[in-house]
Amino acid sequence: MATKGTVLGVIANMVTLTVDGPVAQNEICYILTGGDRLMAEVIKVVGKNVYVQVFESTRGLKVGAEAEFTGHMLEVTLGPGMLSKNYDGLQNDLDKMEGVFLKRGQYTYPLDKERKWHFQPLVKAGDEVGPSAWLGQVEENHQPLKIMVPFQLDGTLKVKSVAKEGDYTIEETVAVLTDAEGKEIPVNMIQKWPVKKAMTNYREKPRPFKLLETGVRVIDTLNPIVEGGTGFIPGPFGTGKTVLQHAISKQAEADIVIIAACGERANEVVEIFTEFPELVDPHTGRKLMERTIIVANTSNMPVAAREASVYTAMTMAEFYRAMGLKVLLMADSTSRWAQALREMSNRMEELPGPDAFPMDLSAIISNFYGRAGYVNLNNGATGSITFIGTVSPAGGNLKEPVTENTKKVARCFYALEQERADRKRYPAVNPIDSYSKYLEYPEFEKYISGRINDQWTSKVNELKTRLLRGKEIAEQINILGDDGVPVEYHVIFWKSELIDFVILQQDAFDEIDAVTPLERQEEMVNTIIDICHADFRFENFVEVMDYFKKMINVCKQMNYAAYRSESYEEHKQQLQDMVAGKKAK
Amino acid sequence: MATKAFQKIYTQISQITKATCSLKAKGVGYDELAKVNGKLAQVVKIAGDEVTLQVFEGTEGIPTNAEVVFLGKSPTLKVSDQLAGRFFDAFGDPIDGGPAIEGTEVEIGGPSVNPVRRKQPSELIATGIAGIDLNNTLVSGQKIPFFADPDQPFNQVMANVALRAETDKIILGGMGMTNDDYLYFKNVFSNAGALDRIISFVNTTENPPVERLLIPDMALTAAEYFAVEKNQKVLVLLTDMTSYSDALAIVSNRMDQIPSKDSMPGSLYSDLAKIYEKAVQFPSGGSITIIAVTTLSGGDITHAVPDNTGYITEGQLFLRRDSDIGKVIVDPFRSLSRLKQLVSGKKTRKDHPQVMNAAVRLYADAANAKTKMENGFDLTDYDERALSFAKDYANQLLAIDVNLNTTEMLDVTWGLFSKYFKPEEVNIKKEFVDQHWKK
Repeated sequence: MATKGTVLGVIANMVTLTVDGPVAQNEICYILTGGDRLMAEVIKVVGKNVYVQVFESTRGLKVGAEAEFTGHMLEVTLGPGMLSKNYDGLQNDLDKMEGVFLKRGQYTYPLDKERKWHFQPLVKAGDEVGPSAWLGQVEENHQPLKIMVPFQLDGTLKVKSVAKEGDYTIEETVAVLTDAEGKEIPVNMIQKWPVKKAMTNYREKPRPFKLLETGVRVIDTLNPIVEGGTGFIPGPFGTGKTVLQHAISKQAEADIVIIAACGERANEVVEIFTEFPELVDPHTGRKLMERTIIVANTSNMPVAAREASVYTAMTMAEFYRAMGLKVLLMADSTSRWAQALREMSNRMEELPGPDAFPMDLSAIISNFYGRAGYVNLNNGATGSITFIGTVSPAGGNLKEPVTENTKKVARCFYALEQERADRKRYPAVNPIDSYSKYLEYPEFEKYISGRINDQWTSKVNELKTRLLRGKEIAEQINILGDDGVPVEYHVIFWKSELIDFVILQQDAFDEIDAVTPLERQEEMVNTIIDICHADFRFENFVEVMDYFKKMINVCKQMNYAAYRSESYEEHKQQLQDMVAGKKAK
Repeated sequence: MATKAFQKIYTQISQITKATCSLKAKGVGYDELAKVNGKLAQVVKIAGDEVTLQVFEGTEGIPTNAEVVFLGKSPTLKVSDQLAGRFFDAFGDPIDGGPAIEGTEVEIGGPSVNPVRRKQPSELIATGIAGIDLNNTLVSGQKIPFFADPDQPFNQVMANVALRAETDKIILGGMGMTNDDYLYFKNVFSNAGALDRIISFVNTTENPPVERLLIPDMALTAAEYFAVEKNQKVLVLLTDMTSYSDALAIVSNRMDQIPSKDSMPGSLYSDLAKIYEKAVQFPSGGSITIIAVTTLSGGDITHAVPDNTGYITEGQLFLRRDSDIGKVIVDPFRSLSRLKQLVSGKKTRKDHPQVMNAAVRLYADAANAKTKMENGFDLTDYDERALSFAKDYANQLLAIDVNLNTTEMLDVTWGLFSKYFKPEEVNIKKEFVDQHWKK
């Protein structure tokens, strides 16, 4: 019989219950009040007293209200029919909810029970299969989705029967398996999985190496992220975190994009709802929304569900990875999630860690980032989850617990900088402090040599060195004055400005400049490096400034022109003439 | 709210702090209102049969045998068209001597809008102030605060914005407002003949601070009535949100919560987000736009209140006194409207985004030149031109006394570009230069 509880106390969304039977940590229960059923999760047990965090408003809740325990942890329902959906943090389908306002205690089923899917079997009767093995395939929005052996099963199973190719709903049995004892297990298209448990249904997790193209130059060229890689974007407010995240989610070369809007502005989610159905995926030509899932738990939605939302999104990503797909998961922002943990820890009167965050924050963050990765599945196929999280450091100070703990685990660091944002140098990614550890991976170097050319890595490193040198000289000029340094220094400085203006800065709102395909990035890097290598002669620093300003202007016009278009070639010619005219013989 | 016959009266208070009192009571709901010797209070904690009440007016003079009556409901506001033109206190009771409001009683601080039922904001709110319209265009359904030191004229700018913007209702939520400022708003609005579209909920510095906590929810509940039921465009002015946050800190301190940054409660982000996220564009045409004020201490935006606010709101507006022209300007570097790209260049002329960025970039060059000058270095010809440009730009566009339409603003900017620079120094797409460069 299910365990029942009775409310003893209420402080905001933390409720104390006394229970009449066994309960598990993180078990889900429903508290009944005024006709509503409020979902809650067990977070602490002391004797007969159980502390739960309620995922809804507790207004009007009284001592003595009853609660029913469900016997399972917070879990998501996985299956075909999730693409293009808008979920809340607990995987309720937001579009199925009635009314303009969210009603307390309203839960909606995340999948579509009526819709029929065209099933094609991938196994036959008599085959031996393990958990997560692919039994069949359906197609959703042109993505081949696998129907898999339930993840929870153990050992080797035998396929007793499998449905013929045809149309089935998610609840219809498409295969029957038998376990070692000969027990029959019917399988349909639905899987359930507890969100806080990582799926480990793969053979191995090698070091990732394949470039994940995003069309953002400061990422692809200077600080590349890879399929199955992890990265994070910290930045004070107003430095363009969200614009950068949206650019990546629009342009990245991924099969599935999952966006977890965690404790952020509702209008940002609305922007995705509104724009993605119109925008076209640059890699496939189909609508962006077809490959996108949104998990929206905006800042005004219940705080406890905010924490759940990132786990919900990650579990969905793991589901698609097990099918051999390339998944990109974006979470904006992980700081809001950490704050949700802090609010709860505070109510439970736990001893606080740094900045009143819970002591285990670092473990929670590293476990979460650890769930991403590039994997070899048991059947030899590969899949990946690339995870990029944003961090909103309090006061823009990167020495705060969430940033510091994330830095330990994420391999790419895209530091957004207030000063660059103030000067409208967007994306405001600091070129000196940011890094991608993947650039140092021999696996990556080998891959990129094949994909672009074998001088690529050394050229990228040269760009980075020049940017650093440019910054040092700018500081010297600030101290000594324009006349205080040799004219050659001005040339070095302006060459670094050229790299900054032409390669780093990118107009996310210009149709052409927003996305730069890898081929074009290669050409740009070659062009700029050639200019950097040219030996120019100038009389004085004013001449240097005027010359390079003009050159930057020509390059910008080139960036705004469609690749290889007439206007592009025209500006390119103009650029080459400029360089030839000024080169020292 | 007279005491009804069957209501149980408790008379044994076990604990009293400056803002809360506790007693043993049964059958009490979370968030429920109560009266303690006639003073309004709200349930903030229930532990078994011990109930903790937050007393809005403060607990001065409350005896241990005070009469406590539970009202069986959360704070409510009566909404109807009668609200228009009236002034209320934090409890929604009239303070203008007029009659009580008749209408539907609704709980304040109601549920959030389902994000999929929102519409993307896309209507420009013109204010005539170029520092706003040109550089940081406002959009209906947006939430944006002024970040300003207490001595800056933010209330004047806000009143101007409210009166010039085309809205159906203006709702003023005053928290910890000085009586003088309250009278200022009252005067400006009545002199403009706009009183019938204004509704005010006011807590002045003379009222108890904890009462302020009700003001935003009261104002926004009224706003939701007009935006949802009447499909009206509502502008909500909240001043000052720092006073509101201070009241939050007082209450959480009295409840022994562990403070996080700057002695603010750990839930500050969620508390502020709950208010600001009420800004919305409904598909039916109604909208709620929030313009707030967050006062800073010495311009410090890393303090927990402006910092959390910045992460919630869709931008922020900074005011600054420009010593070169002796006027208050809207600071183009630190101000930002995140929704501007939804309208600029779309609802305004196509060159708007590029002109705006170029002008700010040149203004930044002028700032660098100024630093150079102050450090005693020689200025180049470009530096000199940038400085002259900056002066004109601040005077003709950034100053808060400007009143132009957006096309005029763009033309003035092009005029300044042509006066001081060459096209290649301005870095704008060629097609726009060809169209607008003043020869």
